[in-house]
Amino acid sequence: MLQTEHIKVDQSKQGFSGFKIELWKYQGEMGALIPLLQSAQETYGYIPESAIEYISEIVDIPSADIYGVITFYSQFRLKPMGKNIIKVCDGTACHVNASTAIIKTIESELQISNNETTEDGLFTLNKVACLGCCSLSPVIMINDETYGRLTPKKVQQLLNEYRENAEKD
Amino acid sequence: MKTIKVGLGSCGVSAGGEKTYEAIKNEIERQNIQVILKETGCNGMCYREPLMEVIDEQNNSVVYGEVTPEKAKRIMTDHVLNDKPVEEWIVQGNIPTQDKSFFEKQHRIVLRNCGIIDPTSIEEYIAAGGYQAIQKVLKEYTPEDVIDIITKSGLRGRGGGGFLTGVKWKFCRQAEGNQKYIICNADEGDPGAFMDRSTLESDPHSVLEGMMICAYAIGAQEGYIYCRAEYPKAVQRLKDSIRIALSKGFLGKNMFGSDFNLSIKIKEGAGAFVCGEETALIASIEGKRGMPRFRPPFPANKGLWGKPTNINNVETFANVAWIIMNGPEAFASMGTENSKGTKVFALAGKIARGGLAEVPMGITINEIVYDIGGGIKDNKKFKAVQMGGPSGGCIPATMGDLQIDYQQINKTGAIMGSGGLVVMDETTCMVEMAKFFLTFTQEESCGKCTFCRIGTKRMLEILERITDGNGREGDIELLRELADKIRNNTICGLGQTAPNPVLTTLKYFPEEYEAHIRDKKCPAHSCSALITYSINADNCKGCTLCAKACPTGAITGEKKKVHEINPETCIKCGKCFEVCKFGAVIKN
Repeated sequence: MLQTEHIKVDQSKQGFSGFKIELWKYQGEMGALIPLLQSAQETYGYIPESAIEYISEIVDIPSADIYGVITFYSQFRLKPMGKNIIKVCDGTACHVNASTAIIKTIESELQISNNETTEDGLFTLNKVACLGCCSLSPVIMINDETYGRLTPKKVQQLLNEYRENAEKD
Repeated sequence: MKTIKVGLGSCGVSAGGEKTYEAIKNEIERQNIQVILKETGCNGMCYREPLMEVIDEQNNSVVYGEVTPEKAKRIMTDHVLNDKPVEEWIVQGNIPTQDKSFFEKQHRIVLRNCGIIDPTSIEEYIAAGGYQAIQKVLKEYTPEDVIDIITKSGLRGRGGGGFLTGVKWKFCRQAEGNQKYIICNADEGDPGAFMDRSTLESDPHSVLEGMMICAYAIGAQEGYIYCRAEYPKAVQRLKDSIRIALSKGFLGKNMFGSDFNLSIKIKEGAGAFVCGEETALIASIEGKRGMPRFRPPFPANKGLWGKPTNINNVETFANVAWIIMNGPEAFASMGTENSKGTKVFALAGKIARGGLAEVPMGITINEIVYDIGGGIKDNKKFKAVQMGGPSGGCIPATMGDLQIDYQQINKTGAIMGSGGLVVMDETTCMVEMAKFFLTFTQEESCGKCTFCRIGTKRMLEILERITDGNGREGDIELLRELADKIRNNTICGLGQTAPNPVLTTLKYFPEEYEAHIRDKKCPAHSCSALITYSINADNCKGCTLCAKACPTGAITGEKKKVHEINPETCIKCGKCFEVCKFGAVIKN
């Protein structure tokens, strides 16, 4: 049984190299598991196995239970992501405004399907339920930028822009 | 001095509002204009974003719509410098505009400050009358008085359930225990609803004030806001607003110099629709898998960490301060017999003016769609509205005169839900729509109850075969049977309402199901397996556009001669239909 009520962060276990969680933030906080996982994902872009073990130690919850929490929530990823994360909205409003065509365009442009990453590691495609910009549908989000009122053509242009920018870097 | 406001809610930003803001800033520097420039949230006219408001020295306000950086420059020169408003771009102001009717039937309580004040400024919220209600409550009212006022107002939970807020507070007040919690449910997961995001981004303090009043009423000293991680801007706004409120002594120990204490923390959701359900949300805050549990005990008695807990959503809390200041009678004077006050609707889909509208309960669907929403996009025919998200249902256009309140909507088989109103036109296939919603609930089912986990999967498979043209006789009966079982054998709202989209479309659009199953036809020409593309020789000019667009080379024909589609190689992607400028490609 998961006893998250009793989470107490043990400061002495700051051993994991490169894991920049500011542990003091969670000291004595109840239910710190999800914020800790979010913090790990922010650091690495995904949750590596070693981070699960580390978190398991500091919050005293078995790794298996942590794995259960990770796989329950769609935000958490167990595999590395591409440089740019494309979230395509397939909420109701986007759906009736032809988001399917947008998804198909991205899939054929990048040769990947939902939840996959391109070979060059540049893009990851995630279909999401609703981004809350329904009046601008169809909408996609690339990283933290939102793009609305899209057409297949505009999406192609957008992807090209990101590709060009990546080449410049 | 004039004031300029630019709408920078998520909708404004994704429409390019930041570029407009930059252009205005540059113009102010370049021409050395004496003017106050501010950002604001969303005024609800999302379809006209980016929005720019100019308020002159006499306090006359003019709002411009679809303001590109270029348009902004001209407005700066013509209006701000030379007092000549650019009339053709005005969407709201002292001259008649085609957008005027968007606001005429609205009555704004929840959205009272949205798009008007600068959400990052607590001073502007205070100047608009903010934080007076909580001070009044702390000085003049006992917790019981507050509960009495909220009960008398008739306010019902705006998150979907529609339970009387005052009664809910009373249960939690009466629950035994010294440690109590309040939670603001900002996990707005219904696809098609975005009023909570907009309220949090545009007027975060109104939600905080509502929470403070609730905490006082039930006797809680700790509060949580559970917000979707998909709303980064709202999360940031809340964090900033809590920090500012704390520094002013509006939160924390001895708030406003009283002996009342309250701390509010933010918990970011991690992406699970089911966490909108109270007990699942509590589990998620506790750091567990967000799975609902059986009720009773209700959260009012045994909630967060096993302590009495009151949960309301963003819109509910945003009503509270207004009710305290204006009295329960003012609130109850609006609406219908069983549903008081106003409701915010998020208009989206095939509607001309998508955005947020707050209207008194009892308004008809047609008034919202036509008077406020400006009718259907591209002059198509109004077919149905989908209300209540994946738990709701489709109400046909023929019932457009229905008065919107909790009871009337429930009678149709849909639910009020959080207020998403997605409009559908003649090109939307209702079977496909039902399939879409079931795909959603199926994916979001937490898996606890067998009928939700497996029953929705079986229903989805049936709908998939129907839209693929492999529907069988008896499928409709099977869908009904499964729907009945799922409804009665699941413990939370997600499962109990999951069949609603299928049941309402079966009820109001049975002929569409029959056409798919018996005639293998999709009357809306939407299900790709059931349509064929051909070229009308009379309209084809031989421009070769379709042949170039076709990914499989299924279209042949010489330049300036009629083209042909080979049905054997056609994959029905519809590209030819999109590119043809002469309407020569036909769907059948």
